Amino acid sequence: MSMARKLMKGCEAIGEAAIRANCKLFFGYPITPQNEIPEYMSRRLPQVGGTFVQAESEVAASNMLYGASGAGERVFTSSSSPGISLMQEAVSYMAGSELPVVLVNIMRAGPGLGGILPSQADYFQATKGGGHGDYRLLVLAPSSIQEAADLIQDAFDLADYYRNPVVILADGLIGQMMEPVEFKEDRKPCKPLQPKDWATTGWNGQGRPRAVVNSLFLDPTLLEHHNEKLTAKYADMAKNEVRYAEYFTDEDYELLVVAYGSVARVCLSAIRQLRAEGRKVALVRPISLFPFPTDVIGAAARKAGRALVVELSTGQMIEDVRLAVGREFPLAFHGRTGGNLVTPDEAREAILAQLAAKEASR
Amino acid sequence: MKDNNAFNYPQGLTDATTHYCPGCTHGIIHRLIAEVLDELGVKERTVGVSPVGCAVLAYNYFSTDFQEASHGRAPAVATGIKRARPDLMVYTYQGDGDLASIGMAEIVHAANRGEKITVVFVNNAIYGMTGGQMAPTTMPGQVTTTSPRGRETALAGFPIRMVELISTLHTPAFVARGTVVRPAQAIQTKQLLREAFLNQKEGRCFSMVEILSTCPTNWGMPPAEALTWLEKNMMPYYPLGVFKTPDEGIDRAPAPLCAL
Repeated sequence: MSMARKLMKGCEAIGEAAIRANCKLFFGYPITPQNEIPEYMSRRLPQVGGTFVQAESEVAASNMLYGASGAGERVFTSSSSPGISLMQEAVSYMAGSELPVVLVNIMRAGPGLGGILPSQADYFQATKGGGHGDYRLLVLAPSSIQEAADLIQDAFDLADYYRNPVVILADGLIGQMMEPVEFKEDRKPCKPLQPKDWATTGWNGQGRPRAVVNSLFLDPTLLEHHNEKLTAKYADMAKNEVRYAEYFTDEDYELLVVAYGSVARVCLSAIRQLRAEGRKVALVRPISLFPFPTDVIGAAARKAGRALVVELSTGQMIEDVRLAVGREFPLAFHGRTGGNLVTPDEAREAILAQLAAKEASR
Repeated sequence: MKDNNAFNYPQGLTDATTHYCPGCTHGIIHRLIAEVLDELGVKERTVGVSPVGCAVLAYNYFSTDFQEASHGRAPAVATGIKRARPDLMVYTYQGDGDLASIGMAEIVHAANRGEKITVVFVNNAIYGMTGGQMAPTTMPGQVTTTSPRGRETALAGFPIRMVELISTLHTPAFVARGTVVRPAQAIQTKQLLREAFLNQKEGRCFSMVEILSTCPTNWGMPPAEALTWLEKNMMPYYPLGVFKTPDEGIDRAPAPLCAL
């Protein structure tokens, strides 16, 4: 039965999308503001023959993911910032053992216990490591509920294809607001998928080598080879998995705005209004945060000669934007923290200030 | 019951040479597990989980599929495997630093959920792999590299008795303690292991077998002396026996309070 457009809360749409991606296992631990995801999974999974386990901690939940993924099944969890911090041990082991897992972080404000309102302050943690060792995660940032549902389904395919954890990095706004969502019935995997002959499914001595899920390499030569293999995989991701959305970049613009997630939508509202008033502003919205759309942002920023980064943090993605645009152009930042949002008016003022600064520098 | 393995090499083991120190009892315990897997005919659908510790390389020695776990997390990893694939036989092989210290939350909650897994808990009263530090199971007065004056119970408390602790849980389980000091005790321990794996094969309950083990290297004594030390010091504090079975009554009534 085809599902018509339905009004859904972000967290519930994420849960439903996972089930439609044939994920029948969820291990998690309560934390605000994402409790609607485990609650939804505890209700829905038994209806589709799946299994929900409320773990004793995020530490345990993430290790349950490790075991289930190692046994060859699709599995995911969701948490929010402090809980994601607790999962970093297992995430490092999953990356080292090359296990496909989907992790949803409905970010809240930090550091420490912080607050429960929306934030984008886990950008570094998601894109630069978070756990120990040389590894990368694929990081996807939705800016609407529909996009969250679509990215979750892609995330399972990408995780299986690359045998790597994939993070959906969303803020509390995406998790908590309601929007219409549609699930396609005839959705095809976004990657060609191979049988998981590496998984620990029992071994009778035939057909395949004995399966060992492991990240221990005591021989430095072997460990270096393993790191080189992982690095080559991350290079493949960087080459093939860049995702972004551009707005007004094929028109004249004097300022490029870079923002992701729900903040990008706020900026887009302001930009649409400003363009209607004759102001020349464009937006690039990274969807993949790793790999970062470096080339696109670099080229778009050079065309404008000035860029503005807007984030719900004190400035994290701006470091990747700086690497993309180099040092030759002014790069400004506007951010809010503590769980405060950037309003369209605030974005408008920040944009106008940059346009004025550019005018003044002529 | 077929039990004529004494002169054969169990199929549950690979032909790799283990890294264990001379006189260490891990080798005996590995063999007992492998024999049980052979005898129950479940080797082909068994997945082992070994975490950080002396058994960190156990995946080289058991001829089953295997998952390496981070320190203490084997019961959580085993939960993930078993919930994903209930048809698989899943066991963990954990030391005392791993299970009784860093992995305390994971073992208690796996037991309390009644995960249908088998836990082999090797207690040698010390951290072996890291070079002989004090464990939660280290005996009072026992000298280790981090208790150079001997374990001081006023500062470090008394050794944790894990099977007694797990036995207090309401959830049905099989919980027992054996040792492999003497051949007869090794045979008893094998029976406990068989019971623990059989429970899983029949989908009955969480099962955990603690096995008192020696660490001659880090205890600083010859292997034979280590066996005697275990009997003299550990066995009075860690009594052998079956502490809980899935069939028995599970609650003990508290003594009534005095009338006020």
